[in-house]
Amino acid sequence: MLAYIGKRILQFIPVFIGVTLILFFLRAVIPGDPIRMIAGEKAVPEAIYQQIVAQNHLNEPIYVQYGYYVNDLLHGDLGTSYHKHKTVVAIFAEKLPYSARLALCAICIEIVIGIAVGIISAIKKYSFIDALVTVSTAILVSMPAFWLGMILQIFFGIALKDLTGGLLSLPISGAGGPISNYPAWMHYILPSITLASVSLAFAARIMRSQLLEVMNADYIRTARAKGLSKAAVIWKHALKNAMIPVVTFIGIDFGVMLGSAILTETIFNWPGIGSEIVRAIGQRDWPIVMGGVILVVTIVVLINLIVDISYAYFDPRIRYKKKAGD
Amino acid sequence: MASDSMLSMSQNPKKNKRKNKKSQKTEVRQNRTLWSDASRRLRKNKLAVFGFCWIIFMILLAVSADLWVPYVLGSSTFVDTTTTAVMKNNAPSFQHPFGTDSLGRDELARVIYGARISMSVGVIAVSISVVIGLILGTSAAYFGGVWDSVIMRATDIFMAFPYVLLAIALLAALGPSFINMFIAIGLIGWSTIARVIRGVILQIKENDYVSAARALGASNLRIIVRHILPNSIAPVVVYATMGIGTAVISEAALSFLGLGIQPPTPSWGLMLAEAQQYMLVAPWLVVFPGLAILLTVLSFTLLGDGLRDAMDVKLTD
Repeated sequence: MLAYIGKRILQFIPVFIGVTLILFFLRAVIPGDPIRMIAGEKAVPEAIYQQIVAQNHLNEPIYVQYGYYVNDLLHGDLGTSYHKHKTVVAIFAEKLPYSARLALCAICIEIVIGIAVGIISAIKKYSFIDALVTVSTAILVSMPAFWLGMILQIFFGIALKDLTGGLLSLPISGAGGPISNYPAWMHYILPSITLASVSLAFAARIMRSQLLEVMNADYIRTARAKGLSKAAVIWKHALKNAMIPVVTFIGIDFGVMLGSAILTETIFNWPGIGSEIVRAIGQRDWPIVMGGVILVVTIVVLINLIVDISYAYFDPRIRYKKKAGD
Repeated sequence: MASDSMLSMSQNPKKNKRKNKKSQKTEVRQNRTLWSDASRRLRKNKLAVFGFCWIIFMILLAVSADLWVPYVLGSSTFVDTTTTAVMKNNAPSFQHPFGTDSLGRDELARVIYGARISMSVGVIAVSISVVIGLILGTSAAYFGGVWDSVIMRATDIFMAFPYVLLAIALLAALGPSFINMFIAIGLIGWSTIARVIRGVILQIKENDYVSAARALGASNLRIIVRHILPNSIAPVVVYATMGIGTAVISEAALSFLGLGIQPPTPSWGLMLAEAQQYMLVAPWLVVFPGLAILLTVLSFTLLGDGLRDAMDVKLTD
């Protein structure tokens, strides 16, 4: 087990170097001089300009600059916003809880509905319900989640309000607070459904195909032959094994949701990491954009690492298979 | 197993198998290639046929738009930005079946022209992914060793970026343009293709006919091009088909964020971004571009699923 953990962490290092290299390179090719960007309209005296260049190591060779960049990253320094005069870390520290809470709500929806739907359609294989699930998951996977969000806004935010004469509607913007007419929890409903939609469909598909595969296994036939009822076989024997890939998928998905929430957050004006990145793109506030990207990528990679390791812990077959095959 | 496919349940696999057996008996003498075999099986899959027809329909619309759209849907209303206030945000009507947008442009015409952007971005971006993925995946599997490790770690790096985040960073740095978007979306997809191809080739490489070709003195390039690639092309076709759908969504997402296609060029994602501002007064502007994306992506997914079953490709990462 320790050897497996060590190996996975060793694999993490080249990924980290590669990701930072790509983002460092992209940061370097952004047009425009950052010093003059920060100064804005004001002219910068040449002496002070040279001093700032030296202070920020901008006159050193590019590989030395990369060294400083990684050093800053490892010390949790993502730079300072051009416009907000706050460090990028401080800005995202405010935003991260909102994104994390939204992702958590979406994960809950994904677990409850995705797994339930997957199990039902596997048990009722080739029935009407199964066909319905198949078609609706295919549609969910094929639609841009942000479009679903907009449609939900029209139905539950605008049309429902018109129909009920303003009595009943769901909030379509923001995360609640003193200016909102709705209780805070209501603000989570539509964004988390939107964010969960695609993952939910994938979770249902994986659940279904895994359960169907496990149901064909010899030990299930043995259990049935022993005289166990179908329900007992499914709940006590099949589900446990069929769940493993689903749980892995959902674990990894938490990280992915933090990243893909960028569109959902924009649609719903959600004060999270994603909408902050989009806002910064509009203002050409590059430290926030690049800092946000590297923050999300790091979280995703770390979550994948944790999921992988716990997966190997719970299912010993993984660590042996990987050792033999890789 | 083909029956694993989520989408093939409308036709009962058992029934199909029986049919196949029967037809094999009658036409046993016929010479059948992988492709004729696959297309025969594909034609039985109604969902895949639907996907294929819709894709052809969209391509025809996109290619022929210049010939008829301006005449049928009223002069150049889809680009003319100086229309009268009366034209703005009109609800769907006989004259404008999809309504008009905030500048009085015909929404149907813009959806049709948007198909051009989406289709070309989808096809070109995926071609870039396939070319990079094929070259790197093939060479990694064939030569193995250090080169293999380097390529595999590179795919790890590209797969570490969730969703369109890499494309966002790339377009933010390079600036939004048509070409940059091809590159950005193309760079997202290559790692999956490279991995799939590598897995397939690792298996094929062990076959006797490859050793035989090598014993006969064939060069590496000849072995790869003549013996290995033709036998590993099926999964690439499946992945590329599904990949076009993903690329269409990515294009929509990037254009929606203002990083892709720039106005006034009609792109489905951009139209959704514009529609969002007028959601209260003109909700139909949200509906149609989204439906176009949904149907197009769904078609590519259905076709990809159908191809997978028809060519009996096993998709594992």
